[in-house]
Amino acid sequence: MSGGLATRLVVARDTGFTLDAELAILPGRTVALLGPNGAGKSTAVAAIAGLLPLDDGYVRLGDKALDEPREGQFVPAEDRNIGVVFQDYVLFPHLSVLDNIAFGLRSRGVGRHAAAESSRDWADRLGLAGLHARKPVDLSGGQAQRVALARALATHPELLLLDEPLAALDVTTRAQLRRDLIDHLSGFAGPRLVITHDPAEAFLLADEIHVIEAGAITQVGSPDEIRLRPRTKYIADLAGSNLFSGVAANGTVAVGAHTLTIADTHAAGDVLATINPRAISIHRHRPEGSPRNAWQTTIVRIEHHGDRVRLQTGSPLPLTAELTPVAVADLVLRIDEPIWLSVKATEVGVDAD
Amino acid sequence: MSSRRARIQARPPVPLIALAVVGVSLFAVPLIGLAMQTPWTDLLTLLNGDIVRDAIWLSLLSATGATAIAFVLGVPLAWVLARVEFPGKSLIRGLVLLPLVLPPVVGGAALLFALGRRGVAGEPIYELTGLVLPFSTWGVVVAATFVAMPFLVITVEGALHNLDGKFEGAAATLGAGKWTVLRRVTLPMIAPSLISGLVLTWARALGEFGATITFAGNLQGRTQTLPLAVFVALETDRDTAVALSLGMVAISLAVLVVLRDRWWRSL
Amino acid sequence: MRRLLIVALAVLGLVACGTGSSNRDQVLVSAAASLTDAFAVIETEFELDHLDLDIVINHGGSSALREQILAGAPVDVFASANPVTMTQVLDEGFVVGDLVVFAVNSMAIAVPFGNPAGVIGLDDFADDAFLVGLCAQGVPCGDFARSVLANAGVDPAPDTNEPDVRALLTKIEAGELDTGIVYATDIAARADAVSGIDIAAEFNVRAEYPIAVLAEGENREGAEEFVSFVLSTRGQSILAEFGFAKP
Repeated sequence: MSGGLATRLVVARDTGFTLDAELAILPGRTVALLGPNGAGKSTAVAAIAGLLPLDDGYVRLGDKALDEPREGQFVPAEDRNIGVVFQDYVLFPHLSVLDNIAFGLRSRGVGRHAAAESSRDWADRLGLAGLHARKPVDLSGGQAQRVALARALATHPELLLLDEPLAALDVTTRAQLRRDLIDHLSGFAGPRLVITHDPAEAFLLADEIHVIEAGAITQVGSPDEIRLRPRTKYIADLAGSNLFSGVAANGTVAVGAHTLTIADTHAAGDVLATINPRAISIHRHRPEGSPRNAWQTTIVRIEHHGDRVRLQTGSPLPLTAELTPVAVADLVLRIDEPIWLSVKATEVGVDAD
Repeated sequence: MSSRRARIQARPPVPLIALAVVGVSLFAVPLIGLAMQTPWTDLLTLLNGDIVRDAIWLSLLSATGATAIAFVLGVPLAWVLARVEFPGKSLIRGLVLLPLVLPPVVGGAALLFALGRRGVAGEPIYELTGLVLPFSTWGVVVAATFVAMPFLVITVEGALHNLDGKFEGAAATLGAGKWTVLRRVTLPMIAPSLISGLVLTWARALGEFGATITFAGNLQGRTQTLPLAVFVALETDRDTAVALSLGMVAISLAVLVVLRDRWWRSL
Repeated sequence: MRRLLIVALAVLGLVACGTGSSNRDQVLVSAAASLTDAFAVIETEFELDHLDLDIVINHGGSSALREQILAGAPVDVFASANPVTMTQVLDEGFVVGDLVVFAVNSMAIAVPFGNPAGVIGLDDFADDAFLVGLCAQGVPCGDFARSVLANAGVDPAPDTNEPDVRALLTKIEAGELDTGIVYATDIAARADAVSGIDIAAEFNVRAEYPIAVLAEGENREGAEEFVSFVLSTRGQSILAEFGFAKP
């Protein structure tokens, strides 16, 4: 747990695909590698974990070079001290929960008794007490995820690598497990890397997001920077779905000082609210009728993306709105101009956080 | 709706049933023939004869020995075929599978010319160690291994192909070296296939006749396995031959019962 | 015009071939393994004389052939290497007419070509230092070999009891066995691969080969034709070429 991860991953695949991505993570920080399927995320996991040798670049963890082709340096996976939570968890189906957690310790030469004791501790810490003897097939998705996490953490790794840690879970349990995962991540002192295709996951788990597309990093920034200033169409599309943490009560969601009206009157407590940029209407004057959510704000930025124009609005609730060029021209919109904005209550998505 | 489906399921097409019945008869009728020839009253006395006892003992010994050798050599071979890319791999795989299609007698003759006292490989072995494989129990084991090992290799290779490499990768990230991965992840995960491969290998070795008699010869207590004893007894002593055959049927059935859970139920 | 003629001739030829083979009546002959080579020549010669008949020979150990016949195989002619197996077929009522001895064989010691192990005679069959093979008991060549050894007062120590004489010869030819007892005819037939040592007449046996027409056969007329050909001067001279003595 001495140092951070610094890596430049260059891997050429037979298919013509090349990954070339640079990443640096300080201890105690969580970085998300966010990208669509086929962007090279899994290749990156395999390369950092040591399951796939680099063609060029380097993987350094603390002061150790784990893979550096130009120096002829390669440390195989079993000699790296990296905890990996794999996509679909990849628990050993023939081993019990406890034996799964103990696997790393036993492989690293810890005695049977000590390994079992340590595994019990980890199992209990992750809320798996009472499931010690279960086989993976008898676990729920959330339990399996925690076993995978315990298994990865039990060997006290210097780096924690999580590949789509929430993708295998159903929507109802995902929110709770996401919160638990944030707790577990903050309990790990080393650098953490979360691989995901889900922007919500990246925004909520990471201190910093690296967006990867077609093998290359296209944008690096804090979740807010990525969300508010997307640099490519992919990021704009996925980040543009305005996302807020809020507290729901009586058909409203409080996001900071601002309150949004929502259609779902039963939602209560911590929620994740989303608004599709295309569902936002822009007006020069106060809209007529009675849209529940309407407020005056200013235009912070105008971006042109082919047949779409994206507007970034300012306080009280910064949003991304998407309009057609014709609409923008009709409204004669300019930066720093005051405008009115409205969103129907039914267009505010609410997801238990 | 569901009751109609049940009714449809309960009434399968007649031609299919007819053909299935003919198919089963092909297996059942010879057994009935055997049972009708069996001198049931003298069966115990016949099975207690020294020829029968020697043959059963030798068959169990050589089939088990062949299975053990097939395990030691066949699992690594299957692993190499499943996991290592090298030129001429399909040729090697063809070679491994050859004993499955080759008439066992041909295999036995090939073994004789290769591993016999005057054989390509057998001569140097004989000169160095004085070991003569033909006409020895080792010869029986070698012949049985030759014909039976492909069953283990194909079963295990298939299982290794189907085993997702991610489990072995996960084990490696947990600090397991290649040998630990093989021992604690790969083999346990393919255990069902490995076991049915071993049982198939054992069963094939137990029934082995052609290669054995051609390569190892036929001597009571040394090279005369059950199938050989049946064949020779047919010339002289039909009752013993039938009793021996019945013994083989019993052992084969026992093997299939052991396989029941692992194999045909999952099939 | 000429091309048309060629085509027509070709078609006619094909038709002729097709009908020719299907019109020939089969005669199914079960013959002892030791007769394989001699009967191959007899078959060819016989078929030249009888264009309407197709001889199909099923070779095997005499006892195995007996089992097939007793189980009801539609065999027309049985040529056995052993009067006992033939008598059993006769006793079960499967024989039409008489048994006739058509050839006589004797036994000889076979060794790999050049006799590398230096086998001298029957006494060596009791010597553990030699790799000795015999035909199995119950197979005619095995029973004959044991009679010969008994006559000579030798208690054999075989390393293998082969199911038939061909299997025994294969292993001697390959040099894997040092010696074995086979038919004199076998040594005549394989003079390039095995060497023979004669067995003194006082110990040797007279192996009689009986032949008979069978009741379960489907072509009795053809069967009788074949048997009389085997017994004819031509048949006998062919058998003599392969080392058989006249009865």
